[in-house]
Amino acid sequence: MDLNLILQLTTSGFLLGGVYSLIALGLSLIFGVMKVINFAHGAMLVWGMYIAFTLMNWTGIDPFFSFAVSAACLFVLGYIVQRTVVNRIMTFHESMQVIAMVGVMMVLENMAQLIWGPDPHSPHTKYSLSTVWLGSVMIDIPRLLAFILAILIAAAVFVFLKYTDIGKSIRASADNRIGALIVGANVNKVYAVCFGVGAACVGAAGSLLVPLMPVSPHTGFPFKLTSFAIVILGGMGSLPGAMIGGLMIGVAESLGTVFIPSSLKQVISFGIMVLILLLRPKGLFGGKG
Amino acid sequence: MKIIYSFLSILLLILLLLPNFVSDYILGIFVLIFFYAYMGQSWNVLTGYAGPISLGHSLYLGIGAYISTKLAMSFGVTPWIGMWVGGLGAALVGLAIGFLGFRFGLKGVYFVLLTIAFGEIGRLTVLHLKPLGHMMGLFVDFKPGFVNFHFRGNLPYYYIALGFVVFSLIVVRALEVSKWGRYFVALREDEDAAESLGVNVFKYKMIAIGISSFMTALGGTFYANYIFYLHPTSVMSMWVSIEIIMRPIIGGLGTPFGPLIGSFLLTPLSEIARSYFTKAGLEGIHIVIYGLLLIAAVLFFPGGIFAFIKKIVKPILGESKEI
Repeated sequence: MDLNLILQLTTSGFLLGGVYSLIALGLSLIFGVMKVINFAHGAMLVWGMYIAFTLMNWTGIDPFFSFAVSAACLFVLGYIVQRTVVNRIMTFHESMQVIAMVGVMMVLENMAQLIWGPDPHSPHTKYSLSTVWLGSVMIDIPRLLAFILAILIAAAVFVFLKYTDIGKSIRASADNRIGALIVGANVNKVYAVCFGVGAACVGAAGSLLVPLMPVSPHTGFPFKLTSFAIVILGGMGSLPGAMIGGLMIGVAESLGTVFIPSSLKQVISFGIMVLILLLRPKGLFGGKG
Repeated sequence: MKIIYSFLSILLLILLLLPNFVSDYILGIFVLIFFYAYMGQSWNVLTGYAGPISLGHSLYLGIGAYISTKLAMSFGVTPWIGMWVGGLGAALVGLAIGFLGFRFGLKGVYFVLLTIAFGEIGRLTVLHLKPLGHMMGLFVDFKPGFVNFHFRGNLPYYYIALGFVVFSLIVVRALEVSKWGRYFVALREDEDAAESLGVNVFKYKMIAIGISSFMTALGGTFYANYIFYLHPTSVMSMWVSIEIIMRPIIGGLGTPFGPLIGSFLLTPLSEIARSYFTKAGLEGIHIVIYGLLLIAAVLFFPGGIFAFIKKIVKPILGESKEI
């Protein structure tokens, strides 16, 4: 096999993996604190994409700058969703939680379709086809920028969780819900902010994806499933796990296209997910089972 | 119980006579009501009674649909026989997934994700198999006749689907009062307690997933011969699994009537909303409304509609009457 091809695929998979990481970070954060799987994660990604896309069409602001707007809008959306739905279903049977979150997904996904129409849009940015060569490996500039920004945003989220009061409360609630209650954390607020931050992550990620792929109401679905695989690989609720898992899945999917058609590449993530579920369900980096 | 049985007999009588009074379009809606009630019931056996939550039942639907259709198209085997082959195929796959999941002790969301993973692997695999239509899907040749399971108009499908529903109700009711059913409920409620009392948790979960996947695949055959077109996106996507599980959850999990009630409420709603809003040029809004209703149903009837009806009916019938 051609070594150069392997290097090429690894690089491009690794770069896309950065965005995967950011998406999975949001999912893992929400699960870690609330033990609810956000089935609307893919729909939220799509909202992030459309917000950036619309801003670009109206004002010409590049998606690589407008991710902040997407993140802010999605924070509000996530906050509202948590307050109106998630907060009320946290003690329910898991199947009921799934159904409620699927309901949220249906609403968000099809609202996007109502607002922006069902057709895919492929926005053109001035650098969309530009590349740089690193030795014999070609690197897409948009992919590289998306990767760098995704890592920076993720780092900002880590700083937020580590050094702000509300971030500390979020980590405390993730660690020990009852303990956090006892020491007087305003758990309702913590949950809502946490869901908002999780949604903001995926919103920003959506914005970063705009230069990379067509925007359509149903783009989010495969990403959501991939991010499930990442979160399982890294460990449910483990944030560093989500980051590293995202990069690993990105590379694995990309390398897999050597052996199988690229439309089948998700089978690799699901295969990894099944293996991890069976052999190490707490994930590679999950502390507790 | 007597009251319920007499009520059901009357309902069945009405449903048997109904085709004399309504149009073919309405009959079509009833076919879908029965179909989803049946699929929900099949899923209910596993998740409602035994506990493990599956979000991958589209896999079994797909296996049933593809096996019986392929047998009919390539070997001329009537779907009436093919459906049992499909059922066995799906049961084998279900048992394999169950073996992995239950042997390795996956619970709650972890089992959900396992079933999603296998469902998606199945869908993507079928999408790339040439004999199963590749990306184009599989068109079923329309050859009307009882043997081929193909009919003109909705009337024959109506009675067949009704038969499916009655069959599933009898199966679930028989399960419910049997030793197996009691064990299912015991391990749903508290696995460790059930195990400590000597229930073989693994064995009974396997039995539940076997029955459930078998029944789902039978429905898959019906679906294939009602729709005449199979594509992995339309019969095996996660969306299909969601459609299957919605009705029993809304109606009432772990009750024989939950899937039926859920389907009678949701199916016409989705059909009417679909045709109404599509005519008005607002495609997609029906799913928004549908989604809002789902959320509302979960928030306000967390135990399912059946539990709610029971609560209302009980004082009227008197406390002593068991429903």
